[in-house]
Parts: sequence; structure tokens; C-alpha cells
Amino acid sequence: MDPASTLPLLLGLAWLTPLVSFVAILFFGPRMGPHGKSSAGVATAAIVVSLALSLAALGTWLSVHPVQAVAHDSHAASDSHADSHADSHAQPLPPAYSGDWYTLYEGGALKLSIGWYIDALTVLMFVVVTFIASCIHIYAAGYMHDELHDFTDHTVHLTDGSHFHRPGRFSRFFQSLSLFCFSMLGIVIAGNLAMIFIFWELVGICSWFLIGFYYERQSASNAANKAFIVNRVGDFGMIIGMMALWGALGTLHFADSSGPNAAGIETLRPGLLSLVRPEATHHALQVPDGMVKFAAADRVAEITLDHAARPEDSASEIANRVDDWRAMGYGRWLLFVAGIGIFCGCVGKSAQFPLFVWLPDAMEGPTPVSALVHSATMVAAGVFLMGRFYPVLTPDVLLVIAYTGAITLFLAATIALVATDIKQVLAYSTISQLGYMMLALGVGGWVAGLFHLFTHAFFKSLLFLCSGSVIHACHTNDMRKMGGLAKVMPWTAGTMLVGCLAIIGAGVPFVIGLSGYYSKDSILAQALSFSQANPSHSILFAAAAGGAFLTAFYMFRLWFMTFAGQPRDAHISEHAHESPRVMVAPLVALAILAIVAGWSLPGGFGIAAMLEQARPAGTAATVTSGYLFGSLTIPAEHESHVGAIHETATLAAFATAAAGVLLAAMMYVWRILSPLAVAWVFRPIYTFFKQRWYFDELYGAIFVQPVLGIASLASSIDLGVIDKLIDGIAWTARQLAGIDAWIDRTLVDGLVNATASATWIAGVELKKLQTGHLRQYVMFIVIGTVAMFVLASLFLRSSLAA
Amino acid sequence: MNPTAPLCAAGFFASGVLSDPVSVTHYLVVGAILFTSGVVCMAVKRNALGILMGIELVLNGANVNFIAFGSPYLRGEGSASIGLDGEAIALFVILLAAAEAAVALAITLNFYNNHSTVDIDQADDLQG
Repeated sequence: MDPASTLPLLLGLAWLTPLVSFVAILFFGPRMGPHGKSSAGVATAAIVVSLALSLAALGTWLSVHPVQAVAHDSHAASDSHADSHADSHAQPLPPAYSGDWYTLYEGGALKLSIGWYIDALTVLMFVVVTFIASCIHIYAAGYMHDELHDFTDHTVHLTDGSHFHRPGRFSRFFQSLSLFCFSMLGIVIAGNLAMIFIFWELVGICSWFLIGFYYERQSASNAANKAFIVNRVGDFGMIIGMMALWGALGTLHFADSSGPNAAGIETLRPGLLSLVRPEATHHALQVPDGMVKFAAADRVAEITLDHAARPEDSASEIANRVDDWRAMGYGRWLLFVAGIGIFCGCVGKSAQFPLFVWLPDAMEGPTPVSALVHSATMVAAGVFLMGRFYPVLTPDVLLVIAYTGAITLFLAATIALVATDIKQVLAYSTISQLGYMMLALGVGGWVAGLFHLFTHAFFKSLLFLCSGSVIHACHTNDMRKMGGLAKVMPWTAGTMLVGCLAIIGAGVPFVIGLSGYYSKDSILAQALSFSQANPSHSILFAAAAGGAFLTAFYMFRLWFMTFAGQPRDAHISEHAHESPRVMVAPLVALAILAIVAGWSLPGGFGIAAMLEQARPAGTAATVTSGYLFGSLTIPAEHESHVGAIHETATLAAFATAAAGVLLAAMMYVWRILSPLAVAWVFRPIYTFFKQRWYFDELYGAIFVQPVLGIASLASSIDLGVIDKLIDGIAWTARQLAGIDAWIDRTLVDGLVNATASATWIAGVELKKLQTGHLRQYVMFIVIGTVAMFVLASLFLRSSLAA
Repeated sequence: MNPTAPLCAAGFFASGVLSDPVSVTHYLVVGAILFTSGVVCMAVKRNALGILMGIELVLNGANVNFIAFGSPYLRGEGSASIGLDGEAIALFVILLAAAEAAVALAITLNFYNNHSTVDIDQADDLQG
């Protein structure tokens, strides 16, 4: 069993199975079972098959690349420190398999193909995505039961005031969900940026379908458009980044590929990862030759001109000078632009500042969609791409990413503090946690950020599904009307508590914790390590720690307001009930994973350990460089796992989380502090947070209003000028036609009619000759005869004479 | 009648035509007078039978013309035979006149059956 061929086969099939489900439901959905009910079974079966194939791939991987446990204890500080130095010079390339299934287009340097790049990260991501998607498919089969019969949408009002009545769309939901799974897995398996971009846009479209599932609602329709348009803004940057890479380097593939070129000769085409971190520099980042030459184009032109007669001379001269030019700094900006460009796409997709405004509105979609797409998978695609693309990112780009993440995590946390809609709190929480992941990647914590990606996927989808369960029971999203639901919905309350504890990173410090404990700790540790290495950027650690406090506060505020205390609305608490088993089972499954995802199995397998396998080459060591933002030291991740840094970070995480929970309890359980009083005292800040920092109004004023203004201007030109012109031409044509008609009627018809009437009159006049009087006829005969003879005698005298 | 009429006529013609030997001209004149009488009778008469008589006169006038031109003696050529060509044609004409008169009388009879009169001024049904 050669893993190089087995893994692509298994993961390729896992990727395509949801597509089969999509096509099947597309054509036969409404006919699958009564009202399309079995379409849920088809979709779930497909994703479970994908899960099984992903697990098989994981097994194959582990059999070939067994995972070693990562040493975290402080006693091995000096050893691991020495080890990490040794490792940095000897770190092998991460095991990875790459290849192409199908070449769409090959022309010159560009090869667009559908292919794979499989490393430990890919395999893990497949397992996690398919597992969460399976749980959510099962959950949604129960949650979407309203769509199995005709549905009356109470939020849509027709012009006559009645509610909108429509047939159910059960199968369409699972059709879109299957297409989404196919697209997401396409991003995960992709081996080149072009393929990522294709599936990037596909997940965007699926997200549009799913957010706008209740498309007759104006709010849902607008939210879907907003999500897609804001994502497209990010994609604009991504295209620029892709162009920078293609234009300078001629390839968009991650890994090296070999194959016959246009002339049929087997050539090795280096991929992006080995162009930017070549073997020659022990995989340290350097500006690739292509970019240097691209940036120094005028010098290249000079040399080519000098050696115009002998091109091979100019080629060798250029090759000699490339290193000099690199040292002079040519190409740095291009590499920076490439990194920032791809990051822009991730800013859009992963809802970072300033393109986060679409995610809270995306909660208009059904809750399973929020759980799958907008918490665990699609928004994680941005972080995943940053993780995949990490080797190409220069320290300057990483700093930008870190600050973006820090701003995002803080901004979103403050808005979540005052939100009253349960899904909005979770949406802003998602944005905040994504900010954490970006911050982690930016400060050099490759494993930390991606570890948090996986643990967050588990607990955030759990939290969303629990909120869906609550919404299903209470028929409202407003937390101010909930309260005391723990008694009525024990399973939901319990699993949601697990989720809340996971997200705040609860655990016994230094001993054991839930999944979030490990991932959050590693982020804080790396942030602290970075702040110590670069004191001017200490705010990054402060933001992370402050964010942890805010996270704990708002998550437990959510839990207390929903489940603890006394019910605030009697009507709702009377009717609230626990959700059916089909919805509770996935909650339990995800809760178990939210607890154990951070632990390592005996034998060493754990998510962090497996991620360590996939660590990109050259990122294990501490790097110091200074191009654009001054000298930056990106500390090695191993160093944050040991000694004082690890202790400080753990204690800080625990302290901030505990403080947050305590404050939430004081305000919402023990009622020592009144939330209304606090809101009153900090009125301006409270209003600012409640209005979501006025971002929607700001974007509305800067972008939406001008565009609407231009649109109305264009519309008025269209109606006032172009339409008037056309109308004028039409009017002129009609007038000419009128004249023509007059000529036709009066002159031509008149002529014909006059001829006819003249003929008629002539006939009538001639008729008068026929008097009927015989004697008159006789006279005419006689006179005629005489006249004829007279005329004959006058003109024909000669013949008469004879 | 004026008893001096023949004397006046004789006197008038004695200096002209009447003193010549009888020739075609005399016959033509007679024929013309008959013809004209006949035509006038046809034109003037209201009675259908009167018109028939007029037709007869016309035909007989034509007959006289035939006689005149048919005789070589009258034409002054003088020959041994009298020449009865004219008379032969006149005979045909008389025959045809009789036939035509029969037909015309039949028409008149039918007309009388329909209109109870032979006044041709009543026969204006075929007007336009």
C-alpha cells in the first residue's frame, strides 16, 4: 500500500462523495421520500462515507508516519532548547504528497490543474471537517423538520398584509449542504492556489445559498448578498497576491512537481514552498530569484541589452548578480504584496477586521448552517490557507496578520459583551476566536493557531448547535426572554456548559484541561514569547490576555442568562422542552470531543503532535529579520512550551478566565452587580458596543451610499437621457409614419378612387344613351349612316367616283 | 291639290332633267324619295305596324336602286340583253322583306300580348 497513491485515492473519494450526493439531491431531491425527507439520509450517508474514508486515510498516514508526542514539560527546558537549535539545522521537510489529477490549462509557465497536497494538516482537517459535518447533518435532519410541510413565514409580509405561505424546501437544504462539504474539502485537499481560489469562491456561493435559505425574508436576502460582496472585496486582494506570485514565480503550486513540459522533456517545476524556502538556505525564508528578477527588471534589461549578441552570457551574468540584488532588497515588496494579498482573501473569508461585518448578519441562515459554515469550517478556511501558505509569509506580513488578529479579537469581544441575541454573541465570539488564530499565526505559533482552529471547530459548532436547540425550544433568539432553562433542557444545558468551559480554556492549570485550555494556552504562551522578544509589540500579549477575560465573561453571561436563574418570560418557559434525540446525540458527540480534543492518546497521538509533523520547513527556529517594520524576532514555538513563559501564560489564562466567569456570575447569578446599572454608568461605551462600533453605518456611508448614488445617477441617465432619446426617435418615426399615411390615404388612394369614380360617372353618363325609345334609335341609325357617307365622300372621293 | 302643280313641275323639270332621256339618275331619285319616305315614316310613326310599312318602303327604295344599276340599258352601255341582274336581286330582297316582315309582325304580336298596345313609345323597357 503505497501511501503516495492510497492517500490521494482515499481523500479524493472522500472529497467527491458529497458532490455525488449534491447531484443526486439536485435532480431527485423532492422525490426522495415524503416531501424529500430521505434527502437528509442521502446527504448524511455521503458525509459519513467521507468521514470513514478520511479516517482510513488517517490510519494509512499514521501507519507510515507515526506521531511522536511533543515534549511540553519544563524539566526538559535546556534539552529541548538545545534540541530545537539542532532541529533548526536538520529539520526535515514535512512529509507531504502532491500531484495533479487533471490539468485544466497549461500554457507557458502557468499550469492550472486539479490536484492534491496531502500532509498531516490535510488529513487532520479532513477528519475534523467530515466529523463535524456528519454531526451537523444528523442534527439538521431534526432541526429542519419545519421544511417537510408547507411553511408559513411569519416574518415575511405580503402587500395585502398576510403572511407568506410556501411549500417546504427540505431537500434543497441538504443539497446546498452537500455542495458546501464538497467545496470545503476541495479547499483542504487543493495543491495549488488556483484550485483553492476556485473552491474558495464555491464555498462563498454555498454560503450565499445557505444564508439566504429563507430568501423571501429581506433580511436574509440582504445578509447573503452582504456576505458574498464583502468576501469578494477580500478576494480582490487575493487575486492581486496570486498575480504577484504567478507573474514573478510562474507557478501557483505549493509543492514541486515533475512532468513533461511542452517540449516533452521531464522537468522539475519547483513549487512556491521550495522557491521561497529553498534547500540552499536550510529552508530559511528568502526572496525567490523570480521575484528579485521581476523587481530588478530594469537592471535585467540593461544586462540583456549589453549582451545582446550572446544571450547565454546575459543569462549567466543575471544569475551571478541575483544574490547581490537580493541583498540590496529587490523583490522584498513583491513578496510582501504576495503575502498580504493572500491574507486579504483570508481577511474576507475568516471575518477579520475590517471585513468582519458579514458574519453577524450571516446568522440569518438556519442554525445548522451557522454551526457548520460560519463557525467551524468555512471561516476556518482562511486560517487553514494561512497555515498552508505560512512558509511564504515574511515576518512583516506576519506582523500585519498578528495586529489584524489582535484588533479583531478585541473588537469582536467587546461587541459580544452587550449583544442580546444568542446567535449574535456566538457570531462575535467566532470572529474573536478567529482573531486569536490569526494572532497566533502572526506571532509565529503555527501549531498553536491551527490547534486552536481544530479545538474551536469542535466547541464552536457545539455551542451553535446548543443555541439552535434553545432557539428551537423557545422560538426566539433573544436571551432577555430566556432564563432557568437548565431544569427543562438538561442535556442542552450540560453540553453547552462543556462548550463554554472549552472556549474559555477551563482546566486545572498544569494538570489537565478541556480542549480549549491547551490551544488557548499555547497561543498565549507564544504571544508572550513574542512580546518578550519584541518589547515594542507587547500589546499583542495584552490583547490576547484581555480577550481571554472578555471571552470568559461574555460566554458565561450567555450561559447564565439562558440556563440559570429564574425564567424571565413565563410563556416561553412553559413551552420550552428538550430537543429530540436526533438533535441531542450530535451535541453529546461534539461535547465529548470538545473535552478530549486537546489530550494525547497513549502512544503519543494528539492533534498538536500531528500538527507538529506538518510544520513547514524552516519554521522551527527563531528568526530575526527586519525589512519594513524594523527588526522582528519570531521566536521558535518550542521555546514557548518550556519554563517561565509557559508558566506565566498558563497562570494568566487561568486568572483571566476565572475573573471573567466570576464577574459574569456576580452580574447574572448572584446579582451583586446589576447589568443595567453598569450599562448606565458606562453609557457611551455601552452604546458604542451595542451599535457594533458603528461599522455598518460607517461602511454604509463610505461605500453603500456612494454606490447607491452612482446607481441612481446611472439610472436617471438611463431613464432621462437614453430612454428619452429612444422615445424621441420613436416619436419622430411615428410622425413620419403619420405623414406617409396621409400621403397614402389622400393622394394615392384619392387618385385610385378618383379614377374609379370617373369611370363610373362615364358609365352612368353613357347609360343615358339607352333611352329605350325605338324611334330615337332609328334616327341615330339614319344620322350615323348619312354621316358615314358624307365623311366617306369627303375623304374617299376617288373610290366613290369609280 | 293645286292643279297647276304638274305644270310647274313640268316646267321646272323641262329645262333640266325632264328633257333628258330616262337614265339611272331618274331611277335613283325615285329610289331616294322612296327611301327617305320610308325612313321618315320609320322615325315618325308611333304605331309599330306603321314602322313596318316604313321598313317596306325603305326596302323597296333599295330595290329600285338595284333595278337601276342592274340594267345595262339604263346605265347607257347598251347591250343586246336587257339584263335582269337587278331584278333578280330585287326579288331576293322582296323575299327577305317578306320574311323579315313576318318576324317583325310576330314580335309586334307578342309585344301587343304583353302591353295591349302597339305604341312603340311604350317599348322602352330596355333602357339603360
